[in-house]
Formats: sequence, C-alpha cells, structure tokens
Amino acid sequence: MSATNQAPTPKRSLWDYHAIFEKNSIILVLGILVAISIGGLVEIVPLFFLKATIEKVDGVRPKTPLELAGFDIYVREGCYLCHSQQVRALRDEVERYGHYSLAAESMYDHPFQWGSKRNGPDLARIGGKYSDDWHRDHLRHPQAVVPASIMPRYGFLEETPLDGAHIADNMKTLALVGVPYTQDMIDKAQEDLSAQGSPDSPGVADLQARYPKASAHEFGADKRPLTEADAVIAYLQQLGTQIDFKIYDNKANIR
Amino acid sequence: MADHAHGGDYDAATGKTTTGHSWDGISELNTPLPRWWLYTLYGCIVWAIIYWVLFPAWPWFGGATKGLLGWNSRTVVARELDELRASRSAMNDKLAAASLQQIEATPELLAFARAEGAAAFAQNCSPCHGAGAQGSRGYPNLNADRWLWGGTLDQIHTTITHGARWTADPDTHAGVMPSFGRDGLLNKEEISTIADYVRTLSGNAPDAGADLAKGKQLFIDNCSPCHGEDGKGNVDVGAANLTTQVWLYGPTKADIMHRIEVGGGGVMPAWKGRLDESTIKALTVFVHTLGGGK
Ligand code: HEC
Ligand code: HEC
Ligand code: HEC
Repeated sequence: MSATNQAPTPKRSLWDYHAIFEKNSIILVLGILVAISIGGLVEIVPLFFLKATIEKVDGVRPKTPLELAGFDIYVREGCYLCHSQQVRALRDEVERYGHYSLAAESMYDHPFQWGSKRNGPDLARIGGKYSDDWHRDHLRHPQAVVPASIMPRYGFLEETPLDGAHIADNMKTLALVGVPYTQDMIDKAQEDLSAQGSPDSPGVADLQARYPKASAHEFGADKRPLTEADAVIAYLQQLGTQIDFKIYDNKANIR
Repeated sequence: MADHAHGGDYDAATGKTTTGHSWDGISELNTPLPRWWLYTLYGCIVWAIIYWVLFPAWPWFGGATKGLLGWNSRTVVARELDELRASRSAMNDKLAAASLQQIEATPELLAFARAEGAAAFAQNCSPCHGAGAQGSRGYPNLNADRWLWGGTLDQIHTTITHGARWTADPDTHAGVMPSFGRDGLLNKEEISTIADYVRTLSGNAPDAGADLAKGKQLFIDNCSPCHGEDGKGNVDVGAANLTTQVWLYGPTKADIMHRIEVGGGGVMPAWKGRLDESTIKALTVFVHTLGGGK
C-alpha cells in the first residue's frame, strides 16, 4: 500500500472475483457444495467401478441363514460399539490377531462391522479361536471366565428362542443389494437354519454344498429350539475363517 | 480477501483501505489475513501436490495412482513382519531345531521359551485357563499335577497342537463320557450311590448311610473301562483321575452326580495353523514348567 493520501487505483485482481462468494451467503453455500462434491466424486466414485477395490479371493461365501441371524443380533445388541472387525495392516495388529483383513471378507456384510471402537479385542479373526462352550460361558457371564472383563452379560440371548421366521425375506433383501444368495438358498433357508444347529442331521451335507466349509454346531437343534445365543456363536465361529491364508497369495494383492 | 473492486476508500488514520461497505456511515477496514497464515496455507497446498506425486493418491478407473516411491501399506507390513521374524529367528530357529527335552535342559533356551510362552499364553489361552493358568469350572488348572491327557512334554505338546474334541482337527483327542443319566443307563438312585463312592476315592466323606460296597460294584461295572478300577483315570481317553483334590467340574456330590447324569467332555481348540510350531513349543515348555509337569 502506498502511504499517499490518494486511494490506490483499483485494479481488478483474481481475488476480486472472490468477493462474490464473500458477499452472498447463498452463492457461498453453492460454492461449498460444488467444492465438496468434487472431492467426493473424485475420491469415491472410482471405487464403485474399480475392480481392484475388492480383491478377488477364493472362499468368501455369503453367510448361512443361522450366521446371518447371528449377525443381525450382533448388530442389534451393539457389539460393534466395543468390538471392531478389521485387522489393520500394521505389524502389531497382524502379530496379535493374524492376517490383516481383506475387503473381500466383509463384502457381504450389510452394514459392515469394521468399526473403530476397541473397548474389547478385534473380532475379525475370532472364528475357531475358542470353543462354542466358551462363547456360551462368556456371553452368559464374561467375568466368570475373564475376571477383569468389562463386557456386559448377554445371558438372555440363550433364553430367547431364535425368531427365524423372516430369514428368507432377509436373504431376499440382501440379494437385491448384491449378496449372491441363489433362489435355492432362499427356498431352503429354514432347512439350513436348523441343520446347522445339529451336526448329525441329514441336512448338513446340503448345507455345506450350498455354503462351502460351513460348520454345523452341537446345539441340539433336533431336541430344542435354537436360541439367539446359538446364532451369535455360529456367526462368531466363522468370522475370519473363510479365506485359507496358507494358499492366499499376498504378493498378487499388493496395491 | 482484498476488495478493491468495489472501490474501498482510503482511510487516512490507519493507512488502509476500507471494504467499501458502509453501515450508517461506519465503514469496515479491509484487513487481509496475516501473511504467516497465508503462507502456511500455500505450503500445505504444495505439500499436498508433492504427496500426490510420491505416494498412492488418486483413485482412477484402472486403479489408484501408485506414487513415485512405490510405498504401500501392505508391502510395509510384510517387510516389518519379516524384520520382526528375522530379529527373533536366531532364538526361534534354535527352538525349532531343539527337542522339547533339550529346550528344558538348556537354560538360555528355557528362559526364552518361558518368556515367549507366557506372552502367547496371555493372548491365546488365558481367556479359558485363566491369567495364572489356574483354570475355572470346565477349564483345567494347568499348574496342578493332575492331567486329563497327560503331563509329559510330548503329551502336552500333542494336546496344544491338536486340541481336545476339536472336530476340525482329525488328530484331536477324542472320547467323551457317556450320559449315564440322560440316556437311561443308570437311574437316579444308582447315580447317587456311585457318586458317594467316587467321593471316597479322593478322601472326601460320603453321605451318611451310603452303600459304598454297591457303589464300588457299580463303579467297576460302569466306570472302570475309562477311569480304571482304582479311579486313577486314563490319559488315552481323557478320563479324569478321580482320586485327587483337583477337579474340573467340582468335588461336591451334586457336581459328581451332574457329571454322571450328562457326561460329555470339554472342548479345547487345536492351535496348529493358528500358532507356529516354535510358539507351540514355547507354550509346551511354559505349561510344563508351571509346576505340574511330569
Ligand atoms: C462394553 C463393551 C463391550 C460390549 C458391548 C461387548 N463386548 Fe465383547 N468384549 C469386551 C471386552 C472388554 C472384552 C475382553 C475381555 C473378555 O474377554 O471378556 C470382550 C471380549 C469379547 C470376546 C473375546 C475376544 C477375544 O479375542 O478374547 C468376544 C468373542 C466378544 N467379546 C463378543 C461380544 C459380543 C458377541 C458382543 C455383543 C453381544 C459383545 N462382545 C459386546 C467388551 C464388550
Ligand atoms: C476355548 C477355551 C480354551 C482355550 C482358548 C485353550 N484351552 Fe486348553 N483346554 C480347554 C479345555 C476345556 C480343556 C480340557 C479338555 C478336556 O476336558 O478334556 C483344555 C485342556 C488343555 C490342556 C490339557 C490339560 C490336561 O489336564 O491334560 C493343556 C495342556 C492346555 N489345555 C493348554 C492350552 C494352551 C497352551 C492354550 C493356548 C494356546 C489353551 N490350552 C487354550 C480349553 C481351552
Ligand atoms: C467312555 C469313558 C468314560 C466312562 C465309561 C466314564 N467316564 Fe467319567 N469321564 C470321562 C472323561 C473323558 C471325563 C473328562 C470330561 C472332560 O474332560 O470334560 C470324565 C470325567 C468324569 C468326572 C469329572 C471329573 C472332574 O474333574 O470334575 C467324573 C466325576 C466322572 N467322570 C465320573 C464317572 C463315573 C462315576 C462313571 C461311571 C458311572 C464314569 N465317569 C464313566 C470318561 C468316562
């Protein structure tokens, strides 16, 4: 600025056009929307089309009806408020929990359960780590098995019969958003639901043909109605077990 | 930002121009942002551009831009894990090469195995066996000199590797106790009589008036194939030793009657595949040296 008494001759610089935004709140809001959508479009839209977003991995299958029912109870009870389901690609996490999570592993979760809150441990690789009995003991009374635990008791889950009436509708809805449930899977939902709760039942072979590697559990579904705890345990026991990391090629999926 | 376009007036008192706004004759000085702030903003923009060039940044239809440095979180974690393994490999290789007996006989290896075993135990085993391996109802105490599946180094190693009644592992320990009550093999009265006798095996008092002779006979007929005539158990089928003060499910008559009623057996996961062999060896040595090892 010159220190003369004369006002400097106005010259139109680039900044001057900016005054339009500064002086009209509606135009400012529109400008903000445009700026944000550019960020959003450029960052998010390609992910929808990118084949590379979800790596191709063998073994990931949709959840069985019983596991799906367990998933819904998991969401209903807010387990995600204390448990994440994503092993990040960081050394300490891989050391503790096992192979880092792949996008493919949660591609059939609606909504996904990655989470960021870890009052309790990550559960992405919990499947097969404990026995069904332990999960039952632990859900009923966490402090009985882990005295210092702050996890609440979920004993009511094993007293509540599982309401599986709508499981086929649930699967139909998920099929609409891209989970590859076939008509056969949807038609046989009730059979598969109870077969997974009794390993000796004849339906187990069919279940495993539809859902490879699905494991049947000694829940006694042939003797008593399945409970919500059974469903949650079936869900927990398959978490992180679908991909065989012994044959999974890490190098092919470096990106 | 500066607003010359609308012809801000020059304010002689401050030597600045005004924005040109005027409210009831009061006008506003045009005070630009401090320089340091602006330069920080420009600096950030430059930093962002350098970052885009060097690191993976913009998603595009054929995949995201890779960045000149070729940096990648998955490569990084793979390298860090390799480094970690390499830093441990000197000791781990020795663990892998040595037999369990040799590990215990070599003080240096023993100390390493116990430390590594303690860490792996806290992460994987303590939720069931307890932080001090003291166990709880249904989960055995590993400090005690009473073993379901045997307390030698090799037996413990087999149990940890393949688990017990873990159906996913074909080599797992198998065999369950029959449900004598539920399946109608024994009636309530017989179960009560046997339970009294079983309590005497460990030196506990039976109920008053118990028919111990009949209890003994029933025990020999029904239970001795697994638990042995003397009740000392059999590690081949995981049948508990009933003559000690250490109990998996409890020493009271009610506990014992319940066990005869429902039978069954506890499930311990197999750790092969989840843990590597040198960790399993370290755990074996850790458990064996807790105090109960044979
Ligand atoms: C208030 C927070 C909280 C909530 C809500 C919660 N948990 Fe937990 N959970 C914990 C904590 C803390 C632990 C670690 C201590 C323990 O094992 O109990 C844990 C441990 C676990 C474990 C064992 C993990 C391991 O690796 O040892 C499982 C499985 C689990 N929770 C399942 C669930 C399920 C299923 C639900 C919902 C029905 C749930 N949790 C809700 C806090 C919570
Ligand atoms: C899901 C709960 C659970 C976990 C986790 C678990 N165990 Fe076990 N473990 C058991 C049960 C239950 C038994 C008793 C099996 C039976 O009743 O025959 C057992 C038995 C054992 C035995 C044999 C004890 C005996 O008396 O012969 C050893 C040794 C053992 N566990 C070590 C381990 C180690 C080491 C780990 C961690 C790597 C581990 N366990 C993790 C539940 C568990
Ligand atoms: C087929 C073999 C078999 C037979 C027969 C058998 N048991 Fe068992 N028993 C076992 C096994 C295996 C266990 C361990 C259960 C576990 O690990 O959960 C066991 C456990 C027990 C326990 C629990 C011990 C503890 O530490 O809490 C009692 C008590 C017992 N048996 C009593 C009996 C009696 C009494 C009979 C006869 C009526 C009998 N058993 C017959 C295999 C058998």
